[in-house]
Amino acid sequence: MNKILRVNMTDLTTRTEPVPAAWAGLGGRALTSTIVAAEVPATCHALGENNKLVFAPGLLTGTPAANSGRLSAGAKSPLTGTIKESNAGGTAAQMLARLGIKALIIEGLPTGDTWYSLHVSNEGVTIQEETELLGKGNFAVIEALEARLGKKTGILTIGPAGELKMTAANISVKDPDSKIRSHGRGGLGAVMGSKKIKFITINDQGAPGVKIAEPEKFKVAARTFAKALLDHPVSGEGLPTYGTNVLVNILNEAGGLPTRNFTSGQFHAHDTISGETMYETIVSRGGKHKHGCHAGCIIQCSQVYTCTEGKYLTSGFEYETIWGLGADCCIENLDDIAQADNIMDDIGIDSIETAVMFGVAMEAGILPFGDGKGMIRLLEEEIGKGTPLGRILGGGAASVGKAYGVTRVPVVKNQAIPAYDPRSVKGIGITYATSTMGADHTSGYTIATNILNVGGFVDPLKKEGQVELSRNLQIATAAVDSTGMCIFVAFPALDIPECLPALIDMINARFGISLTGDDVTNLGKQVLKTERQFNMDAGFGKEHDRLPEFFKHEPVAPHNAVWDFSDEEIDEFWNF
Amino acid sequence: MNITVKLFATFRNGRFKMDHQDWPEGVDCRRIVASLGLTEEEIGIVLINGRHVPLDQVLGHGDTLSLFPLVGGG
Repeated sequence: MNKILRVNMTDLTTRTEPVPAAWAGLGGRALTSTIVAAEVPATCHALGENNKLVFAPGLLTGTPAANSGRLSAGAKSPLTGTIKESNAGGTAAQMLARLGIKALIIEGLPTGDTWYSLHVSNEGVTIQEETELLGKGNFAVIEALEARLGKKTGILTIGPAGELKMTAANISVKDPDSKIRSHGRGGLGAVMGSKKIKFITINDQGAPGVKIAEPEKFKVAARTFAKALLDHPVSGEGLPTYGTNVLVNILNEAGGLPTRNFTSGQFHAHDTISGETMYETIVSRGGKHKHGCHAGCIIQCSQVYTCTEGKYLTSGFEYETIWGLGADCCIENLDDIAQADNIMDDIGIDSIETAVMFGVAMEAGILPFGDGKGMIRLLEEEIGKGTPLGRILGGGAASVGKAYGVTRVPVVKNQAIPAYDPRSVKGIGITYATSTMGADHTSGYTIATNILNVGGFVDPLKKEGQVELSRNLQIATAAVDSTGMCIFVAFPALDIPECLPALIDMINARFGISLTGDDVTNLGKQVLKTERQFNMDAGFGKEHDRLPEFFKHEPVAPHNAVWDFSDEEIDEFWNF
Repeated sequence: MNITVKLFATFRNGRFKMDHQDWPEGVDCRRIVASLGLTEEEIGIVLINGRHVPLDQVLGHGDTLSLFPLVGGG
């Protein structure tokens, strides 16, 4: 990968640049965060002309390495005000990598009301005016663009939520089945909308492809790596069967399933929304219980969930979405939740932020707890159409809490807390508090060791060992997010000794270098410190690394646990 | 004494979701696991009343034992 594409939306110019030496060893999150930290003034308005939207494939993306097809998107987040990186599957990452594109940087803002699209090809990137697809949902955009440009076209698009600059908006990515994967959390769709770009298309015809420096060495490492993924019970068997939604029953049993806007740790109807029930439903209706989000994925945690007539309802139907609309909103009908997931894909809005938002909206009295049909109506008629109420809802959990005077608002740095109660799973609370991107389970997934017995065991209800666990996982995750790898490779990497060395060997063989394990750890540390510095320059300090007050004072059933870390104990996180 | 046994994921195949069983005082998780035809290698997570425990943990009257294979997500 040898070029940077730069698009200036103020003067509508584009150019192709060589890769600066300092960026040559970076990819994915390491590269997007480095570019944002270097080029975006930390105090800028996230929807203003000084923010930049950066896309970067990972270091191994475009190679035959299993599960390496993830694309990172980065910018200053309009939701949190912090730096943001979000990675997703789909087809775009591998196309960009094959085209030799290390990063696509979009800067500036158009002055008028005209909307645009970008087209990326072997000749570089061009800007076109767009009128036809404005206001359209993501599924219609993908269908129209495939008709316009061909079935193989790679597509990054925003739905109405992004066009309206809602802070819960996603950037959606076409997947191998012409459905949708999402750059979720942090509202990057609003940044793309602020730059008046409805979609980006990619044509990789004539692409030079990814050259591997030491092909034989790469092949051996890739085989070892793939074997580890398939041998581990979580990535090899659990995820392809039940998807991530297997967690509903586990968290419910462990008392860490946030329920009814975080007022309990168990949901009475857990079994109706569980992974086991979902699996049986999918199989009985002729759907697919396993499915990959990108070519080369061998874990296949996704699925195709159909309605009773066998028609597509949704895919990439995740635990966090099902937990949020299910337990946290007390909606017991899995089909209602699946329909909502489809609508959220189409509108282009984050399914975690939006699900937690609905829990707060229910507490506010906007609709009753358990009202699945009411939730679907609000998605379609208010958020999807951008009514005044829809814009408040589309701003996420904190936005609704503020507008309606709710005090139990589960957010950190304005971003919704996902599917694991920090009072009864304490390690993840440290991750929520200290993540550089607001509350985010994926940035240091302590659930592996707190709940799942992967990578050892640290008791979820005790404070001991949690800060160190979260720190180690956040460092490792920052490194993995830079390779283009799916984060689920962490399950085998934590348990199978050959897995991580094989991953490092693949990077070395790809570039003809000789990184050690320490080098990779240092990369992770460097990424976190770069991101933390951006946040500090934007006005964030350790006093923002805190959970909402109610977690300290409201014990959560069944363990009657409270959040009991002192500020000093949390701040130990950054001692590395 | 009365023990509630809950099974999840693949452990339910050919067995049950939940069963109320009678066991003598002093029974540990390992013995109940063996009675279900499960091997120790298959066991991922063992909870008594929602708390993680080792297989040799002894159960008390009225306890709920939850057994999961090694699964995960996120």
